[in-house]
Amino acid sequence: MKTLASPGLITRIGAPISVLAAAALALIIVACALLASWIAPYDPTNLASFDLMNAELPPAFTADGDAHFLLGTDNQGRDLLSTMLYGARVSIMIGGGAVLVAATLGVMLGLLAGYFGGKVDALIMRIGDVILSFPTILLALLVSGVARAVFPGAATAEWAPIILICAIATNEWVQYARTVRAATMVETAKDYVRAAKVIGLPSRRIMLRHILPNVMSPVLVISTINLAAAVLTEATLSFLGVGMPPTYPSLGTLIRIGNEFVFSGIWWIALFPALALVILVLAVNIVGDWLRDRFNPKLRVKR
Amino acid sequence: MLKVLLSRLGQAALVMLVVSAVSFVMFRYVGDPVASMARENASVEEKAELRRTLGIDQPVVVQYGRFLARTLSGDLGISFRNQRPVTQLIAERLPATLELVIIATILSLSLGIPLGVLCALKPNGVAARLVQALSLIGISTPTFVTGIVLILVFAVTLGWLPSFGRGQVVELGWWSTGFLTWSGLKSLLLPGITLALYQLTLIMRLVRAEMIDVLSSDYIRFAKARGLPTRYIHFRLALRNALMPVITVTGLQIGSLIAFAIITETVFQWPGMGLLFIQAVSFVDIPVMAAYLLFVGLLFVIINTVVDILYAVVDPRLRARSA
Amino acid sequence: MKTKLVACLSVAVGALMGVSAEAKTLRWSSPTDITTLDPYAHTESFTTSMLHHVFDPLVRRNRNLELEPALAVSWKNVAPDTWRFELRKGVKFHNGDAFTADDVVASFDRLLDPTSRARGNVATIVKAVKVDDYTVDIMTQGPYPLLLNDLAGVYIMDKKWMQANNALKPGNIATGVTTAASTTAVGTGPFKIESYKPDAGTNFVVNTDWWDKPQHNLTRIEFKPVKSDATRVAALLSGELDLIAPAPLQDLQRISAAPGFKVVEEPSLRLIMLTVPFRPELKAMPGQKNPMLDLKVRQAMWHAIDFEAIKKRVMRDKSRNTGTLVAPPVPGYSKDNDQPFGYDPEKAKKLLAEAGYPNGFKTKLNCPNDRYINDEQTCVAIASMWTKVGIQTDLQTESRATYFPRQDRFEFDVSMVGWATLPPMDGFSVLASLLAEQKEGYGGSNSGGLANPQIDALTRKAAVEMDETKRRAMLVETLKIARDSVAYIPIHQQPLAWAVRDGVDVPQFADEYVRLWFANVK
Repeated sequence: MKTLASPGLITRIGAPISVLAAAALALIIVACALLASWIAPYDPTNLASFDLMNAELPPAFTADGDAHFLLGTDNQGRDLLSTMLYGARVSIMIGGGAVLVAATLGVMLGLLAGYFGGKVDALIMRIGDVILSFPTILLALLVSGVARAVFPGAATAEWAPIILICAIATNEWVQYARTVRAATMVETAKDYVRAAKVIGLPSRRIMLRHILPNVMSPVLVISTINLAAAVLTEATLSFLGVGMPPTYPSLGTLIRIGNEFVFSGIWWIALFPALALVILVLAVNIVGDWLRDRFNPKLRVKR
Repeated sequence: MLKVLLSRLGQAALVMLVVSAVSFVMFRYVGDPVASMARENASVEEKAELRRTLGIDQPVVVQYGRFLARTLSGDLGISFRNQRPVTQLIAERLPATLELVIIATILSLSLGIPLGVLCALKPNGVAARLVQALSLIGISTPTFVTGIVLILVFAVTLGWLPSFGRGQVVELGWWSTGFLTWSGLKSLLLPGITLALYQLTLIMRLVRAEMIDVLSSDYIRFAKARGLPTRYIHFRLALRNALMPVITVTGLQIGSLIAFAIITETVFQWPGMGLLFIQAVSFVDIPVMAAYLLFVGLLFVIINTVVDILYAVVDPRLRARSA
Repeated sequence: MKTKLVACLSVAVGALMGVSAEAKTLRWSSPTDITTLDPYAHTESFTTSMLHHVFDPLVRRNRNLELEPALAVSWKNVAPDTWRFELRKGVKFHNGDAFTADDVVASFDRLLDPTSRARGNVATIVKAVKVDDYTVDIMTQGPYPLLLNDLAGVYIMDKKWMQANNALKPGNIATGVTTAASTTAVGTGPFKIESYKPDAGTNFVVNTDWWDKPQHNLTRIEFKPVKSDATRVAALLSGELDLIAPAPLQDLQRISAAPGFKVVEEPSLRLIMLTVPFRPELKAMPGQKNPMLDLKVRQAMWHAIDFEAIKKRVMRDKSRNTGTLVAPPVPGYSKDNDQPFGYDPEKAKKLLAEAGYPNGFKTKLNCPNDRYINDEQTCVAIASMWTKVGIQTDLQTESRATYFPRQDRFEFDVSMVGWATLPPMDGFSVLASLLAEQKEGYGGSNSGGLANPQIDALTRKAAVEMDETKRRAMLVETLKIARDSVAYIPIHQQPLAWAVRDGVDVPQFADEYVRLWFANVK
């Protein structure tokens, strides 16, 4: 029983079917979303392409449905399927962007903190403390507020994604930094690093060539799980109204809009985007979870 | 030892200084309180006058200096929106949020630990797989969706539980509690569950990971080899060791739980600090927002500093490094 | 000692009443809360409406929103700038103090104090002077036709109580000045405040000594603010509330379909409109001439919007489309002005071509997303319709907290604004705030930079015209100029929709006030 769960065996037999299925599903969703402008039946970002008189049509498979709109239309008369595809693209690009920024920043700072220790360590980790003392939602308000004060139009479709990426990444890099720092501290204490130091290799080389490869697996795992978390955070922010504008909605914006109609029997506007979001996040989480078991790093919050 | 303590406290003070600067600067730029407070047909002169009386026509540095001096003397200003001292408002709202956080923590611990143990002991059993799958769905569903679904089912459709507010509260000195009345307890349930779900999966996964970790360690193998009873090995040796980090993380998480309660409190109209904050944001109530940020920041700094110091006490190697 | 005895007695009487008469409690909720109990410390219409339950003004609005005597029984002009009011006798404050001219004078002194927040609402009042115990003179700066309208919003406070509690000077929510009156309200009104907890709830009990014959049967009001629309609807449907005001439009069908609940509706005075920028350039096209300076372009913009579709889809047939800037009950309204330009996209394209923009142009459209009913949806629809005739519209929506300051700073091209002519409930407020050029205290909300000398001259004439017929003709004339020159593009008149459980009878008012002294519950 116990041996079955051990990482070694799983490696040998490869990933279980469920994980492969989840990975495939995640890839399909991501591919569909990224190809939205080619595969979506309509272009919901073109204001001239939809008609208010088509608003709130139910899905095609229901009694009152219209065959033109497979999943029905939203409150503006946009085709829901197309809007969701474009919305998923926005969500994934923001989530992926945030993870990329956070991971790059976090790994760099974590390496520095763990390798040098002392004042550098204290400074970086204290900055991390300050950052973590502001939850992501507050941070988003900070970033968008400051952005709006500095240049007007920060909430527009062009700028909102960048601001969201910054808002989410400002918070998430700390997790990478903490994990990489802990791993780096362990590695730095090992004989091979000491040896490298003794023979006078430059610090940058030791960090990048010798330590980094050894701390990358937890980074990969955190990234997968963080991608799911970042997509969720973006959805929450858009739900609270500080995320993507309704003219260029993400999945979260669609749920926010749809939520206003849940009580009135127009269930599809909220349900389909919510399902898409949960399925996407779930698929990514399943993969991330398996990766975590596979590499079995100690992903603890403690330092 | 004293040196470690002092340096940690110094760092904590420094962090708080930064937090206060950030909280001040950020909310100086979120919005303009004049618009929220000016009359619908106020003239330009009237609005300028209002800006003067609020002191927000002064240079930012002057405003920050004033802010800091007042904060240190315990005066966090008067809420634009509620016309009450902010310190008093936070004190009033603290019990509601803390009770919610307590309920959520109890719920998540009492469910998370057994489920985590179950998943660790029989990782391929049907129950464990089901729990794992559910927990994945749990963390993949946004909190606001969970809250709305709970309200739809238990309040609107079934009518069993209240959909908003704290119900009847009993005042015990300055602390108002919902624990002592039936309606208060009923009101705690739905928001408590919503908030607990966020914490539950984390604890469950942590217990599971720690248990698997401990179970594969040498001394458990020794214990097995010695033929100690399985029950004793699992629960007295393994679980006890696995629980230490769980307790630490639960403690560390209290701060984020309070912050995360913003969403739950918004959905359930729970009159706690999170709701106070969100309403302050929409009203651009600068004193309340700044105070809330300071409070959450302070909480994190205290928790982190205490944990740091404890670690330094427990682990001499870290003590040497941090000196 | 004596007051204590009175207090004891009233508690005892109250207790007896509780046993003898059947308790009728109304539990209700709205998204906003009472900001302060000090009537002169704020200018918010919701708080003003709530405090009307506790305080009486000299004149008040009746069930048909007409002005009628309240604490004053009659009045006359003794000079063009002096009004003499006879006060009601035998009125008592909630604490038992008798109401006299001293209270009126102290109230006006407090309201007109330079530090008072609400002073701007009564800018033309100079002072109140006691003639005898039950007669007061109120002086204005020159002739002022709208004095009674203004007085309907001035609540009379208890001088003795203010003296005893050091509250003769007003509080101010803007400067953070608070007094005993910020958390305690002693008035003459139909209800007394039992407890006031911001954000958690405020409870009122009936004032059995009210001077007027109650038209309500309530003994108690429990008010809880609930910001989220969905939660408020859920609380009503699960029986935790008797009334929600407002009820979200998209839920009205479901609420009326639910057994035991109904929706009550009334058109509101609030008109929603688009501000047209009259500046040399648009933010969307820097360096080029603002096309909207051409009347044909403004006409095209109006013709391009399908208001029927917005009414039907966005407002669920609850709004009323309008061609003018004031609602029908408000002085200054005229049927002739209230003619929307028809929806005609072809004509819009033709007009654009004639104006020299056959391929359209670019503009920005800014809207709030939490201020007016379905504001964001309305704007998406308009952006889509404009884009279809060639006016490429870049829409941005944001929260009121950031939206209105930006509007004040003229950061927008076209933007949305709502106007309910409150507090005076008179078309003059549209002239003074929206249409007149921004100078000399006028044009406070004229964010498009409109400057029309004809309108400005008429506004200044109407301000001092004491002949009501002539004054109204001036308002109508000005609003006609505004319509014909497309100074603003009116969208619709907002609906007022509340939801109640069966057995609750609450009249609605176009000024969006809640007046529960007309409420009856079974």
